[in-house]
Amino acid sequence: MSNGRFGIHGGQYIPETLMNAVLELEEAYLHYKDDPEFNRELTELLNEYAGRPSRLYYAAHMTEDLGGAKVYLKREDLNHTGAHKINNVLGQVLLAKKMGKTRVIAETGAGQHGVATATAAALMGMECEVFMGKEDTERQALNVYRMRLLGATVHPVTSGTATLKDAVSETMREWTNRIADTHYVLGSVMGPHPFPTIVRDFQAVISKEIKEQMLAKEGKLPDAVLACVGGGSNAIGTFYHFIEDKEVRLIGCEAAGRGVNTAETAATIATGRLGIFHGMKSYFCQDEYGQIAPVYSISAGLDYPGIGPEHAHLYDIGRAEYVPVTDEEAVEAFEYLSRTEGIIPAIESAHAVAYARKIVPEMRKDQSVVITISGRGDKDCAAIARYRGEDIHE
Amino acid sequence: MNKRITEAFAEGKAFIPFITCGDPSLEVTEQIVYAMEEAGADLIELGIPFSDPTAEGPVIQGANVRALSGGVTTDKIFDMVVKIRRNSKIPMVFMTYANVVFSYGTERFVRTAAEIGMDGLILPDVPFEEKAEFDTVCKKYGLDLISLIAPTSHERIAQIAKEAEGFVYCVSSLGVTGMRSQITTDIGAMVQLVKKEKDIPCAVGFGISIPEQAAKMAAQADGVIVGSAIVKLCETYGKECVPYIKEYVKSMKDGVRGIL
Repeated sequence: MSNGRFGIHGGQYIPETLMNAVLELEEAYLHYKDDPEFNRELTELLNEYAGRPSRLYYAAHMTEDLGGAKVYLKREDLNHTGAHKINNVLGQVLLAKKMGKTRVIAETGAGQHGVATATAAALMGMECEVFMGKEDTERQALNVYRMRLLGATVHPVTSGTATLKDAVSETMREWTNRIADTHYVLGSVMGPHPFPTIVRDFQAVISKEIKEQMLAKEGKLPDAVLACVGGGSNAIGTFYHFIEDKEVRLIGCEAAGRGVNTAETAATIATGRLGIFHGMKSYFCQDEYGQIAPVYSISAGLDYPGIGPEHAHLYDIGRAEYVPVTDEEAVEAFEYLSRTEGIIPAIESAHAVAYARKIVPEMRKDQSVVITISGRGDKDCAAIARYRGEDIHE
Repeated sequence: MNKRITEAFAEGKAFIPFITCGDPSLEVTEQIVYAMEEAGADLIELGIPFSDPTAEGPVIQGANVRALSGGVTTDKIFDMVVKIRRNSKIPMVFMTYANVVFSYGTERFVRTAAEIGMDGLILPDVPFEEKAEFDTVCKKYGLDLISLIAPTSHERIAQIAKEAEGFVYCVSSLGVTGMRSQITTDIGAMVQLVKKEKDIPCAVGFGISIPEQAAKMAAQADGVIVGSAIVKLCETYGKECVPYIKEYVKSMKDGVRGIL
């Protein structure tokens, strides 16, 4: 892992103050990733505590309704804490503990990563502080309460646009302030090397299981796998073990917000260009002078102006496709999956469901797709109700 | 090495003020530069605002927001430098973030900066491992890419110092920019590690705001960098800030020279 490049993307664009911290992290990760005892402990946590492996559910009603390929749902929403975020967090917090750290800090958008980090910190006896955009603390008040209940301190971030990117900036600032006893649990496949690699490896369990489960259920690989993409952790987890299987389409669904032709979008591949930000070279929504754009999505978890460097590379080489999905399409899919399958997906995951609704009817009945339901939608109910003009209180 | 930067350290300990361009306006920034030169500044850091300055504390973050809301762009800042260079030969370096340079086109940015008379470039989010893509271009056009060392750098200091140009920016403390009541890092030891590798000036920055601190830091290094305390004056006094900054810079320069 030298400098962690994915093609031209990735790297370590961070202040000198943090360099030894990321070098130390890389060294520790390289040591523990193949350590049998570490892997035994992690597997036990994932299985016994988080509830893995997660189910691969055949969505019979959705399949019948769409009239094309068979639809399977990878149920990351059934994990403990309600999202895929726990996979990465258990790995990183265990690693931090092995490194002798006693305190973890994290950014969060929708609150899922913050809740997962607060959970792992409670479990493993670590101090925990979470940075969350002020706007998001309001959109996701329930998750703020959950984090506090778990013993974490939540810091509302008021700088910039007061959303996910500002939470990341503020967590980086806090890390430069206190490094010796503190590990930054980055929540997505982004930031400086080695984070994109570490987070990918911990999330790759998703595609490892999908592959085994599809072979058991269908006797063959799926024709396409779909996942929503903000920074892109559940998407890279969904793609990773299929990257070499060229016949499997890898589809990342970006948050288009009010549309890619408006300024109120967070679709990085559709509207961004190459840049350097938050420790990495990748694609970013930005103006002609490189000022990072104030992006927008109804989904707090996808409301980020960049994309992980490995996704940028998969896009460059044409291995993965990235498609924009609007707020309206995502909300319709949120309602659709709730009604047809009795599964309320996170509004983030609903972006992937929305795109599946477009392509599945065009596919043959002997084909199959897997949609990763990265999280559950309970946290979004009040916001979606408001979007539909119904004012309910949490 | 850029000649003007070397000269900045030639006549004793240097005082290096930082300001964010365009806060409160580019016209005022230009006047601040002249005032600081008259007050004894030896080298000036001109900050090009960035939307998400991850190495800055709240004071300089605020200046970035004000400058960008006021419509400041890289091109407008280049135009301001052209005007300044008609009246002043003071050594000047840009301080900004990697994306501002990269997005403009690294070669186009560096070539323009050199042509209009800038002497160096500081990019706090470009560490030793990533500097090649910027440094090769800077060398081509005679701009010094300034290297930073931090209290956490330890054994990294030798490799950084070996390839440093212009001066070495010694980050005094952990954390982001901003005024601090105490600086506990052994600056003298950091400077010694640099000098063992290369005979290059070392300037200390982060957290310094009063003449006594400046005197203490200058005793252990070749220069002192002050940002947030000056930017705070821009915030407080707005377009009336010039005389306040002039007076402040004079007091800090006295501090650096041991006149307290």
